[in-house]
Amino acid sequence: MRQGLISVYLTTLVLSVTAPVFAEPSQGDIDRGKELAFSRTDGNCLACHQMDDGKLAGNIGPELADMKSRYPDREILYRRIWDETQFNEMTVMPPFGRHMILSKQEINRVIDYLYTL
Amino acid sequence: MVKAKIILVVLGAALAVPQVLAGSTPEEDRKAMVEYFMQMFPDVPFEGFVNGQYALNEDRRRQWESMQDFPPYEFAVADGQEMFETPFANGKTYASCFENDGIGIRQNYPYFDTEKNEVITLELAINRCREANGEEPLKWKKGAIASISGYMASTSQGKPINIKVPDDPDALAAYQDGKEFYYSRRGQLNFSCASCHVQNPGKWIRGDFLSPTVGQPANFPVHRSDWGEMGTLHRRFAGCNTNVRAEPLPAQSEGYRNLEYFLTYMSNGLPVVGPATRP
Repeated sequence: MRQGLISVYLTTLVLSVTAPVFAEPSQGDIDRGKELAFSRTDGNCLACHQMDDGKLAGNIGPELADMKSRYPDREILYRRIWDETQFNEMTVMPPFGRHMILSKQEINRVIDYLYTL
Repeated sequence: MVKAKIILVVLGAALAVPQVLAGSTPEEDRKAMVEYFMQMFPDVPFEGFVNGQYALNEDRRRQWESMQDFPPYEFAVADGQEMFETPFANGKTYASCFENDGIGIRQNYPYFDTEKNEVITLELAINRCREANGEEPLKWKKGAIASISGYMASTSQGKPINIKVPDDPDALAAYQDGKEFYYSRRGQLNFSCASCHVQNPGKWIRGDFLSPTVGQPANFPVHRSDWGEMGTLHRRFAGCNTNVRAEPLPAQSEGYRNLEYFLTYMSNGLPVVGPATRP
């Protein structure tokens, strides 16, 4: 019984690791990330964040710049995009992963792009 | 992975009421709300809040002022007056259904009817008047109903909004239901009304400038450039809900009427300025 519980626990632990080790992103990955970040029907990050050469950006959230130094831990950045409400209850940032606005792969492409800013 | 671009109904509807707004009576709520915005925008006088984004953004204000010589709702209001004054088949007119013959009463709507136990909006009263006189009801969101409601608002301009929540558990429950709706997150994007209009007025969301809660309903019905015509408050509610990828409620549903009740109560004391224009 106890062994069963432990194995369930370990399985959960393994499954909860969301960001595996990443190879260096290709230019294609970065371009795809920018496309997802700018598109109104996907990330639409520009609705709230100024970033890069984006036009008509909103100013509800902070400017997205120096992302690698601000978020050296990729896993933390991933989790905040997945569901920022877990970090800040009052945030208006949509929970992109939890509400299936972007897939895991798409969030990872967005991060590939954000890390170039 | 399944990508759900579909509309999600009230996904994660969690209440997030800022402490400053957690008053227990409607009047405490209203005072806290007004004080919150007065602190957020110290240069805007109380009455200035009826002008929404135009009170907060100089560029937008200038564009708006340049439209005021020939406001785009003029013809609709004239049509509304004609419809308002034209007798029904039975010879009666809209005036027979309203206090003071329907002139100068916009500021009292919506009200809670303690006999029917429901919120009565001006548009609901217009259609019930038609039905009581053997006429077909009008469509709720635009067209004739917006013109008639716009005409009625125009006869009430300058009168202070005077919404009452009577000492009645059902009235208070309707108000609370509207308040809860206002602060509940909904839709795939997980926004409440308050996410934009309490937490972030004065800011840009992409190309749109966000207005504060207080003052909004004083302008309705509005002519939006985006619509190219007049529309009712419930048309706007549905548009906002759709924007956050939530399933909108039907116009004049109990939920939207309760929302209008709460929202308009928050604007008590501000003058009726509708019909008005918005981007």
